[in-house]
Order: sequence, then C-alpha cells, then structure tokens
Amino acid sequence: MKYLILIYSNPKSREVWDGFSRDQRAAGLREYEALHESMVASGELIVSEALADPSLAKRVTARDGRTIVTDGPYAEAKEHLAGFFLLECAGMERALEQAARIPEAALGLVEVRPIMALDGWDI
Amino acid sequence: MSVPSEIEDLLRTLAPQVLAALARRYDDFDVCEDAVQEALLAAAVQWPADGLPANPRGWLMVVASRRRMEMWRGESARRRREEAAFSSMPSDVENLSSTDDSLTLIMMCCHPSLTPVSQVALTLRAVGGLTTAEIARALLVPEATVAQRISRAKRRIKASGAQFRMPPDAERSDRLAAVLGVLYLIFNEGHTASSGASLHRVDLIAEAIRLTRQLHERLPEDGEVAGLLALMLLTDARRPARVTVDGALVPLAEQDRRLWDAGNIREGVALITQTLATAAIGPYQLQAALAAVHDEAPRAEDTDWRQILGLYELLRTIAPGPMVTLNRVVAVAMVHGPDAGLRELAAAGSDPALSGNHRVDAVRAHLLELAGDPVGARRHYRLAARRTLSAPERRYLESRAARLSQEPHA
Repeated sequence: MKYLILIYSNPKSREVWDGFSRDQRAAGLREYEALHESMVASGELIVSEALADPSLAKRVTARDGRTIVTDGPYAEAKEHLAGFFLLECAGMERALEQAARIPEAALGLVEVRPIMALDGWDI
Repeated sequence: MSVPSEIEDLLRTLAPQVLAALARRYDDFDVCEDAVQEALLAAAVQWPADGLPANPRGWLMVVASRRRMEMWRGESARRRREEAAFSSMPSDVENLSSTDDSLTLIMMCCHPSLTPVSQVALTLRAVGGLTTAEIARALLVPEATVAQRISRAKRRIKASGAQFRMPPDAERSDRLAAVLGVLYLIFNEGHTASSGASLHRVDLIAEAIRLTRQLHERLPEDGEVAGLLALMLLTDARRPARVTVDGALVPLAEQDRRLWDAGNIREGVALITQTLATAAIGPYQLQAALAAVHDEAPRAEDTDWRQILGLYELLRTIAPGPMVTLNRVVAVAMVHGPDAGLRELAAAGSDPALSGNHRVDAVRAHLLELAGDPVGARRHYRLAARRTLSAPERRYLESRAARLSQEPHA
C-alpha cells in the first residue's frame, strides 16, 4: 500500500522555525535526515522532496494549442504544501506511525493520504 | 537489452541452482547473491552474441565464483589470502541441483526477520532469477527502492546469523507457511497488475505459478502447497474475462465464461480434488475448492451456493478473517435470500476489522439491490465508491450506482 505524507507550512510553523537558534535548526535538520535514512533503510521510502517557496509556483493553462503561464494563486495563501514523503508500507497504521515522527506533526501540519491502487476485488 | 526468450528461460532456471550451490559452499549468502546476479547479467550479454557455452551451468558457476572472490578481495586484503586457496572451478559443478538446496534457498528468502515486501523482492531475484529492474517494473516502484529492499534483506539475514541450510523440523512448517504467503503475494501483485496497463511488465502471475509448481514438485505430499497451486490456476483461469478492454472490472456473475481457460480449470480441479481426498485440510485448499465450485458452473445461475456456504463455514472455523466473513454473508444471501444476508451483514459490520471498510458498503449495496431497494443500493454503492482505494473498483461501483439511477423504479 502506498501513502503520501504531506507536510504543510503555516505562519505559526514559520515563526517557530525563525525563533530557533542555529543549534536548534541544526538539530531539526538532523532529525529530518535521520527520519529520511530510517525510511530508506526499511525499504519503505519511494521518494521524498521539499518544495520551493510557493511564490515560485506557476499555474499552467494549455488550451487551443496555446500555453498560458501565470503566477500561482498560492503566494498569498497562509498555509501551503512544503514537502512530502511517498511511502510503500504495510498499511495506514504504519503510515501514521511514520507521519507522527515528522517534526511538523507537533503542530498538526502533517496529513496522510492513501494512494489509489490498480488492484480489484473479485466480486 | 533484449535477450532471446530461450536464453532468458534457461538463465532463470539456472539462477537459483547456481546460487544455492554457491551459498551452500561458502555460506556468505549476501555476497553470493550479488555475484550470481552479476554472472547472470554477463551471460545475458555474452550468450546471445557468442552462442551458448557447452556447459551453461558450469559457466555461470565459474563466473559467479570468480566474481564472488573479486568482491571479497575488494572488501578486505586479509581475506584475499584466505581466498587464494580456492580454485576458480568448483569441483561439484555437476552436482548442483539437489532438492534440499532449492527449498533451502526459498526458505532463506522468506526468513522471518524480513518484512513481506523484502521477502517478495528477494524471492523474485534469488529464486525467480529476475533483475532488480524487472522487479521494480513489476512491482511499480523505483529500481532504487527494490535495490534497497534486497540489500537490506540480505544484511538482515546475515545479522540474524542464518546459515544456508534447511531450518530445523520444529520451524519448518512456519517457514513453509511464510513461503506460501510470499508466493501468494506475488500472485496477487500480478493479478492486480493485470487490470492496469502492463506492456513491459514481467508476468508476475506466471512467475508465481512457476515457483509454486516447482515447490509442489518438491513437496508433492503437502496439501497446502498443492492447494495454493490449485487456487492460483483456478483464479488465473478467469483472467481473460475479468477485465474489459478499457480496464473495467467485470464481476464474476457477469463474466463471459467461454473466455475462461479450460485447461487451467481442468488442472486446478483435478489437483484440488485429489488433494482434499488425501491431505490434511488447510485454508489454501478451501479457497481453491471455493474457486473450483465457481469455475465449474457453466452459468452464474448454476453456481452451487450451498456448497460455497458450507466451504465458507469451514474456512470461518479454521482461518477466520474479515474477507471470509463478508464472502460468507454473500453466500448466505444466495442460499437463504437477501434479507437473511442483510441480517448477517449487520452483525458482521460490528467487527472492528470491518468498520469503515468499503466492502461492507459494497456487499450491503449488492444485497439491497437483490432485495429490491434500488435507492438504498445506490446510496451504498456510492459510499463504497468513495471509500475504496482501488481505481478499477471505484469505476465499477460508480457504474453500478449509475445503472440504478437510470432504472425506472430508482
């Protein structure tokens, strides 16, 4: 079963990060690194990425053979997607266990979404 | 890289034999496995160009042994001296394939210290002779993920101190159960894939059946091995009718049974009939017997639901589970009517293992439809469609709901 773990960022989480000392930031990054490594080691991690600032987002409209690119509508949004982990693991329970290890979970900014599969039930 | 299929078949047959022989000889399973994988890749390049060697198995054995030694040298100069004692050509090349070796190999790959996903990946590579890339394509995950699972699995086996020999008698039945579980997982992965686009994918169904057949040849007396093989054959027989060209699921009752594979059904039915008469009963045998009852009905309305209900009663006793509970409810409805089924379903729905499960909604919708309540049926089909994690299933459930909306009484 595949699960997407979404990590959001909001003014409060940015405030927390901004208030960190250098050592606290380094510790935070190490925590992320350890988490990432353990997910790789267990064979569960498929991919994980951090997203660039939402002000860099573009929205694409392709219509009638023309492509129009506009600035993303997300720049003003208070809460935005900041990164994700794509895992393959035993089930929702395990995905939630992993999600709870993400530092942002302390602020309620982590979401787990099951991925649709191609399997079917013999009905 | 395109390797002629006869060479590919030969390599996949020889791969586990060579690996088992090396692992038995040197007892460093992790290094041997890498060495054999490299020998296979070398053969896949050289044999099509230069022709088959006179003794393909000996060739692989020599190349893998050399490669293994190079790996050791790369790792440690101290070990180099120890290894220098070995000649490059093992003397027992001709005596590779003993029954125990291949059994030992598959049991090693399903070692209890490994997670199921790792057991699957390692079994496909070490026993099935597939490359990491092929496994990744088959399992729909990146190659790096599969490589990581395999190397981690081998490290765990090494750390557990397991040696390349048959587990002691006391552990053997548990280990065999784990092997059957892994083979069934591989089969189900393939069964899954058959409903998606699968042009360049290794046929995991064929692979699972091939490995289970080999296991059955080695353990012909084991009822559960025979049961699993029969279950795979009887399930796979329906594959041509199970999915439409556009990828939609066709439920059993609506499948065009003329498309079913009669050869597979004959073999599966004969196997399960003989096994049930001679071996101790087990869950795979019961599931195979259930598949056989469905496969033997020329039309859906000919299905012997009383026999199916009886088999689910047995299965519920020896191997209870949420899916057994639900399928039994359907059988109750088919024998005693939809209202009886709905009453049983109300009781089953209180099982925590089934709470929130979309299949409860799907079964309820089906039974409400049979009971002549299209409005309730539609509502539950929609609810099930929203909760399922399967794309083809969602389409199927949505189409059932839509069909009810179009009917005059809906």
